[in-house]
Amino acid sequence: MSTDSAPAMHEPDQAPAIPAARVPSPGLLALSLAFARMSLAGFGGVLVFARRAIVEQHCWMTADEFNETFALCHFLPGPNIVNLSMVFGSRLRGIAGGVAAFTGLLLPPTLIMTVLAIIYARFGDVEMLRRSLAGISCAAVGLLIAVVFRMMTPLLKRMEIVVLILMLGVFLAIGVLRLPLQAVLLVAIPLSIGITYVMRRKVAA
Amino acid sequence: MSTENPIWSLISTFGLMSLFAVGGAAAAVPEMHRIAVDVHHWMTDKQFTDAYAIAQLSPGPNVLIVTLIGYAVAGVPGALAATLAMCLPTALLAYCVSRLLNRPSQSRWPGLIQAALVPLSIGLMAASALILAQSTDRSIAALLLTAMVALIASISRVNPLWLLLAGGLLGFAGIV
Repeated sequence: MSTDSAPAMHEPDQAPAIPAARVPSPGLLALSLAFARMSLAGFGGVLVFARRAIVEQHCWMTADEFNETFALCHFLPGPNIVNLSMVFGSRLRGIAGGVAAFTGLLLPPTLIMTVLAIIYARFGDVEMLRRSLAGISCAAVGLLIAVVFRMMTPLLKRMEIVVLILMLGVFLAIGVLRLPLQAVLLVAIPLSIGITYVMRRKVAA
Repeated sequence: MSTENPIWSLISTFGLMSLFAVGGAAAAVPEMHRIAVDVHHWMTDKQFTDAYAIAQLSPGPNVLIVTLIGYAVAGVPGALAATLAMCLPTALLAYCVSRLLNRPSQSRWPGLIQAALVPLSIGLMAASALILAQSTDRSIAALLLTAMVALIASISRVNPLWLLLAGGLLGFAGIV
């Protein structure tokens, strides 16, 4: 008598145990389009949109998987969100998925930027546009200062003098003395890792 | 044009830079400025600041300021070359590392290194702000606008796009 229900219902046994965890891996085109959409929505930063799309909207990863993968992308050099597209895409669909996500993330905004570059090259000297861009630049610098303040707040609260000196040192070397990035980082990164290591041992002890 | 092929120059410059961009695109701005304005004279100071403003105003990752620099150097091929050079090497590196470390949070070293990079990237971003401010805030009104936006964005959750557009309007009206 059980013929009705038998065949198709067998594999998703465990489905109710982990509700809303994961749906099947998306196709390459869907992956590419999803990254294109989050990229085009992401004025002033794509990360928020990426998290919303991957975790909440498409359920391709759990929140924990997202955080873990993002931590890796954040820790490596380069534009985080670009790293993230490659790593996320490849976790879902192998290297082809990585390339699909990477292309989706970068192609549409790159085309837009190229068009804007052409417009700027032709009309950049028009007085109206120059004045508007000057105003936008001022606001953009203000936004950057706000981000720096927000990131600095936890460091200031902890008042670890060595860490603050290190931060100030990088600021002076790059911003005021205009030393080359590579040279500064080759000194600063080992120094900072050493300091962090020693401080964590002190806290643990 | 110099004897050096500008496309190759873009690729080697940004390819190398991407591997040193700890803390993302905003942290790499001083190095982009140093190379594009001071070393190679690809753009003027003003053009660089405009490029930063355009990149902030446009959708997509902020790192795409390199597309504008590439275009200024070598047209459309330059724009594409600079973008790929800045984005592809670290994306491939991230791919390889993610294959090696399946669960990055299990070891304490990634966490430690990441914590160590935080003060450095804040220092780099502060340097970006200083370098950009030196070429934009040439008047008292401009300085006030920057300070106001910094204050509003620090204490509220206003969408940054509105602040950028407000800045554009004030500039358009000739107030800044």
